[in-house]
Amino acid sequence: MKLSFEKSVAGREGTEIPATGVKEKKTDDLLDAKFLRKELELPELSELDVVRHFIALSRRNFGVDNGFYPLGSCTMKYNPKINEVTSSLSGFANSHPLQTEKLSQGSLQVIYELQEFLKEITGFPSYSLQPAAGAHGELTGIMIAKKYFEDLGEERKNILLPDSSHGTNPASVNMCNFNSVEIKSNERGGLGVEDLKQHVDKDTAVLMLTNPNTLGIFDENILEICKIVHDAGGLVYCDGANANAILGKSKIADMGFDITHLNLHKSFSTPHGGGGPGSGPVGVVEKLKDFLPKPVVGKKSENYFLDYNIPKSIGRMKAFYGNFSVMVRAYTYIRALGPEGMREVAENAVLNANYLKERLKKTYHLQYDRICQHEFVLSDKNLPNEVTTIDVAKRLLDLGFHAPTIYFPLIVKGAIMIEPTETEGKETLDEFAEAMEQIAKEAKEKPECVKEAPLCTPVGRLDAVKAAREPNLRWVSKE
Amino acid sequence: MDESNVPAELKYTKGHEWVKIEGDVVTMGITDFAQHSLTDIVFVELPEKGKKVYAGKSFCVVESVKSVSDVYAPVNGEVLEANGSLEQSPENVNKEPYGEGWIAKIKTSDSGELENLMDSEAYKKYLAEQEH
Amino acid sequence: MNFVPSTERQKKEMMDSIGIKSIDDLFVDIPEKIRLKDDLKLPEALPEQELLGELEKISSKNADSNSHSYFIGAGSYHHYIPAAVPFLIKRSEFYTAYTPYQPEISQGMLQVIYEYQSLICILTGMDVANASVYDGASAMGEAMIMSCNITKRKKILVSKTIDPQYRETLSTYCWAHGAELNEISFVDGGVTSLEELKKEISEETAAVMVQYPNFFGCVEDLDEIGNLAHEKGALFVVAVAEPIALGILESPGKFGADIVLGEGQSFGNPMSYGGPGVGFMAVKEKYVRQIPGRLVGATEDSEGKRGYIMTMQAREQHIRREKASSNICSNEALAALANTVYLSLLGKNGLSKLAELNLQRANYLYDKLIELDEIEKVFSGKIFNEFVVKVKDVNALQKKLLDEKIVAGYDLGKDYPELKDCLLFCVTEMNSPEQIEKLIEVLK
Repeated sequence: MKLSFEKSVAGREGTEIPATGVKEKKTDDLLDAKFLRKELELPELSELDVVRHFIALSRRNFGVDNGFYPLGSCTMKYNPKINEVTSSLSGFANSHPLQTEKLSQGSLQVIYELQEFLKEITGFPSYSLQPAAGAHGELTGIMIAKKYFEDLGEERKNILLPDSSHGTNPASVNMCNFNSVEIKSNERGGLGVEDLKQHVDKDTAVLMLTNPNTLGIFDENILEICKIVHDAGGLVYCDGANANAILGKSKIADMGFDITHLNLHKSFSTPHGGGGPGSGPVGVVEKLKDFLPKPVVGKKSENYFLDYNIPKSIGRMKAFYGNFSVMVRAYTYIRALGPEGMREVAENAVLNANYLKERLKKTYHLQYDRICQHEFVLSDKNLPNEVTTIDVAKRLLDLGFHAPTIYFPLIVKGAIMIEPTETEGKETLDEFAEAMEQIAKEAKEKPECVKEAPLCTPVGRLDAVKAAREPNLRWVSKE
Repeated sequence: MDESNVPAELKYTKGHEWVKIEGDVVTMGITDFAQHSLTDIVFVELPEKGKKVYAGKSFCVVESVKSVSDVYAPVNGEVLEANGSLEQSPENVNKEPYGEGWIAKIKTSDSGELENLMDSEAYKKYLAEQEH
Repeated sequence: MNFVPSTERQKKEMMDSIGIKSIDDLFVDIPEKIRLKDDLKLPEALPEQELLGELEKISSKNADSNSHSYFIGAGSYHHYIPAAVPFLIKRSEFYTAYTPYQPEISQGMLQVIYEYQSLICILTGMDVANASVYDGASAMGEAMIMSCNITKRKKILVSKTIDPQYRETLSTYCWAHGAELNEISFVDGGVTSLEELKKEISEETAAVMVQYPNFFGCVEDLDEIGNLAHEKGALFVVAVAEPIALGILESPGKFGADIVLGEGQSFGNPMSYGGPGVGFMAVKEKYVRQIPGRLVGATEDSEGKRGYIMTMQAREQHIRREKASSNICSNEALAALANTVYLSLLGKNGLSKLAELNLQRANYLYDKLIELDEIEKVFSGKIFNEFVVKVKDVNALQKKLLDEKIVAGYDLGKDYPELKDCLLFCVTEMNSPEQIEKLIEVLK
C-alpha cells in the first residue's frame, strides 16, 4: 500500500485554517529571517484522501475487537466501550493540567479514588499514578529503592532477577546504575530458593519478581522468598504485569512485597492502542512512601489537592500527573466491576487458562505441567518435520487468531505463551484449541502449509534480516 | 547439524572464537559453528582501536535479528585494528567467518596464554560434546 | 458487570474438563494465609447507564474549554483537533491492538509508525526518529542517557529556559544514572546566557540542552549554542514542547542538533489534564544504534511486496536485557497515530498557516497587553505563541480573569524566584479575536 507521501498532490489541502482576525504584522518582523523555515515536505491530501488512507491501514491491523488475542503476559482482555466514552467527556479531555486545583476537582477526585482502589486491591498504603507505563513504573520503583538505601546510608549494588524475568527488569536496573544478578528458576518453574539464598547478601538491594510469573505460575514459596530478602535488609519488588490472575484473590502487599507496579493497560482493561499509552502506577509500603515521585493527590475535608510535600521524593518522572485519560478508563472499569466482579475477573481468567492448557497439553509439549494462573507456556518440542514455534504462530494468523507470545520466557525453548483472559467465552477457547490441534496435524501431514504461513495476510513473512542490514526507517523525497 | 568447518591451522576458545597467531599479534573472529547458531548477523559492534582487552572478557558484540551475543577476547592485550568492512557488510561473518569476516587484530601482552587455547582437533571434540 | 461471557453451565463444563470441583482449587498455590476470604472493599458495581451518569457528574466539577477560555500553555496546549482525527484513531483495529509483534497482521500500525517517523524527521530536520516515548519530559531523560553513552562523559548542561517540569524529570533521571546536572541561566532577551554557557562548558560536558521555542516562548539562537557544544565535543540536544512552531521555525537539524526531542500533544491530542502526551525523539544517522525505543523499517516479503517491521530490536530491552541503555517497552503509539493523522490532514500549507496564525494572534495580544498600565514587558526576545509579562499582583489579576471564566497565564514565580509577578501567557488558534479582545477589556 502506498504511503501518504506517495499519494500527495501538490496544492491539495485537507483543512481550512481560520483567518487571524487580528491586526497582522509582517512575519519577518516577528521572527528573524534566520529562523524562518524554508521548506516543509508534509503530504498534501484532501480530508477524504486522509480518511481513506487510514481506514485502509486500519483494515490491515488486528485488535481484540477483531478476534482472539492470546498474547501471553499482555492481558489482552476486552476494552469496554464505556471507558472510551467517559475518558472523552469534555471535563476530562479538555481540561488544562495547570488550571487551579479548585477548577480540577473532578480530575483530582478520579486520581485520588483510583489511588484508593489500587491500595485496596493490592494492600499497599501509598501510590503514585505518575508513571506512564509498566516499564516506567519499574524504573520508578527501582529509583525509590535506590533513594531508600541512600537515605539509610547503605551502599547496596545488586538487584536480583529470576532467569524468567521480563527484559524491562534488567534494563531498569542498568538505568539506575545497579548490577543485575540472575537467579535460577527451580524445576517447578518457581524461583530457586536455594540459588536465591546463595546470592542474597549485604549487597542485595532488591529482588525483582513477577508473581504470578511469566510461566503463569504463582510462586508457592513467596512468603519464604520475601523473608530471605528482608532478613538480609533488602527490598522485594513485584512486577505486577500479571496481576489479572490474583485480583480479589490475594493482595500483593500481603505476600511480602515492598513495591509494586501495575499495568492499567493490562489488568484494568485500558486499550493498548497499538503500543501505548499505558499507565504504570507504583504502590509502596509505609516506610517507602516518602520517596514516591511527586505530586500525589491528597484529600483534605472534601477537597482534593496536589501534594508536593514529599521531602525525600525521588522527584518527577514525567510532566504533570501521569496518563490521566488512561486512569479515567481504569477508574470506569473498576466501578463497573465492583468487588465481586473484580474477583470474578481473576477466577475466570485462571479458569480459561487452565481449561485451554489441559486440552492443549495433549497435543503440545508443556514443560511445567501443573495448575497455572492466567497463562501457560507450551513449546514446539514435540512437533515433527522441523516445524517450529514461529511456524505455529504464523499459521494461527491464517486461521483468524492473533498469535501467542513466542520465544519468551527464555527458559522454555521455543516457548508459546498463551493468555486467554476472562473475557473470552468457552466457544472461542474451543475454536482456538481446534486451530492449534489442526496446526499440529498439519505439521505432521503437510508441513509446508505451516512453514509457508501466513498466506491469507496482506503480506507474507517479511525479511527481517534485510530490514536490519539495510535500515530504511523513513520516507525520503525522490527530488 | 551440518559438519562445521574447523580449519586445522587455527586455535579456538570455548566461547567459539577462532584465533590466528602471528608473532605477538592475533587475528580473531567467531567460528563457523558460532555464526551458524547465531543465524544471520546484522550488526557487529566493533571494538575501538587501542581498547585494552582481557582474556575471557567480552570486548565486542555481534547481533542477529533476534539475539545479541558477546564476543570474548581470547587473550589479554590491546586492539590493534578492527575489521571496519563489517560495518557495511556484517554478512561476511556468516559467509566467510575465517576470512573477510574476521573481527579484530589484538596485540597480546602475554603470549603464554595462547597455550590455553584449543587446537582444531580439541575444538572438534568440544563441539561434539556440545551436541549432546 | 464483569465482562465475563461464560455462563455458569459453561464454567461447570470447563471445571469438569480440568477435573476440579471448585474454582478455589485453581488457587491452591497461593499460601492459605494470604488468600483473601472476603471480597475487596470497593464501591458496588454500577450498570453502564448509572456509571456514565456518575462520571458525567464528576467530570462536570472540572473547568474545561467549554466553560472557560484558556490563555495558558506551559507544556500543554489547547489546539483544534480536526473531526477526522478522533474518528480515525478510534478505529478498533488500531486502538485495541497491542504492540505490532506479528507484522503480517499489523501492517496498518507499522505503516502508521513508519509515516510518523518520517513526519518527525521532516519537522525536526533529523535523519532517524523512533516510534515515540512517553512524553517530552521523559524523552529528555532518555536523551541524557544516550548522550552519556555516546560521549562517555557524565556532565549535562541544561538551560533554565527549559520547561521546569522537563528539568525536574531530567534531574531525577540524572541522579539515578549518576550524571551531574548543571543549569545555565538566561539573559534579558529571555534566552540562554551564551556567556555563562561558554564558562561552564568543558571537555567533560556530555550534552548541552535547550528548548526551542523555550519555556518563555522565546526563540533561542540554536546556531550559536550548537557551535559552542560541538567545539567541546558535547552533543547538542534540542527540546520542542510546542511543535506547532515547527510549521514556521527552521528545523533544529538545520542548526546542527544531534538529538531533537519533544512533546507531540499539540498534534491532534487533547490536553486530558496533562496526559497522555507523546514524546518524540529524532537523531542524526550516526546515532541510530543509540536511540532508545522501537524503530519501524521497510522491507519485503518473499514475493517482493513492500512491508514494515519492527527492526534493529537487538538495541532493546527484550533482547539486550541488562545491556540495554533504555528500558522502554510500551510507548504512546495511539497518540503518535493521532499525530500522523493530524499532520497528514494539515499538510504542508495547513501547518504553516496554523503556525502563522498562532504567531500573529499571540504577538497581537502581547503588544496590546504591554500597552496597558501596570503590565510590563519582561524579555526583549522574539516569541512564537507564548510570552511573559510582569503584572502588579498575580493573584488579583488571575482572580479577576477567572471571574470572567478566563484561565490565563502561568505564574512563573513558582519556578523562578527572579520572575516574581511574571505570567506566561499562551495564545493559539482556539483563542478567537473575540476572546482576545475580551481579555484585553477585562485587564484595562
